[in-house]
Amino acid sequence: MTTVAEHKQDGIGKPLVVYFCILALAALQFVIAYQDIQAGQMFRRMLSVALVEAGVAVMFFMHLWAEKRGFLLFVVVFTIFVLLAMQYGWTDSSRLSHCAGYCS
Amino acid sequence: MGQADLTMQGHSAGMMTDRPFAIPTKKLAMWLFIIADTMTFAACLVAYGFLRNATPDWPRPFHSIANVAVMTFILLTSSLTMYLGVQTAKAGDKAGAFRWTMITAVAGILFAVLHLREWMGLIGEGMTLFKNPWGTGLFGAAFFSVTGLHITHVIGGVIALLVVGLRYKGGRYNSDDIEIVGLYWHFVDLVWMFVVPFIYLMNLAH
Repeated sequence: MTTVAEHKQDGIGKPLVVYFCILALAALQFVIAYQDIQAGQMFRRMLSVALVEAGVAVMFFMHLWAEKRGFLLFVVVFTIFVLLAMQYGWTDSSRLSHCAGYCS
Repeated sequence: MGQADLTMQGHSAGMMTDRPFAIPTKKLAMWLFIIADTMTFAACLVAYGFLRNATPDWPRPFHSIANVAVMTFILLTSSLTMYLGVQTAKAGDKAGAFRWTMITAVAGILFAVLHLREWMGLIGEGMTLFKNPWGTGLFGAAFFSVTGLHITHVIGGVIALLVVGLRYKGGRYNSDDIEIVGLYWHFVDLVWMFVVPFIYLMNLAH
């Protein structure tokens, strides 16, 4: 079921390197949590690290990098498009936090 | 109706390939499920962010990162063991693949136990779906919804690992099935990478 590229066995070295990279990124998130910074800044840092962490896991552990380029583009472009489309609500969320419309 | 007939009705030959992207059907189905489930979790996390951003008295109830750190370590490690399970299955080492798959399942069980223990602790402190001692009642609903959806996926994944692992050992399933259940397990791990910072780490009590 795997592609030709996947059939090459990686051995234990490469997966261990990827595993420790992901562990280090997860640890970085815990470090960021204790930084004395604003919530917005913390959110951006957390999101950046999580995206890198997830990207490494998807590409290597889930073998997406070894699939056909067309499939890789389909997954990445489609997913990013829908995820971005979900972000339209933030402006309204900020409006609510300033009590627009109904707060006394 | 044959493929030639369908093509005659206006579909180009490229649309009629039986294996889109040259990926086997079961594997493609799992990828499509993962994409759809990504949207489910993303919608939950975006809704959570919407509420948190719009609510001034959002609670920060977590005093210690020890539990969530251990849970994260276990789940990330289970991704490595799952990867090794798929690799050994592809290499034809049936016993090794079964062993790694079962180790992954045990890690999943351990994660679920720690997670439920944490839930019990929070419930014991007075947190429910609708109220908590620290601030807006929305927090409980958001927390239990997101983490509950994730733990449901973990428990489902553990059952899938056990079933597929045992059937693989018994000869009914092959290495492709291990690979497919592996994709699902990595996805569960991947979701946790976003749940931890947004649900736990950004709600630490300073």
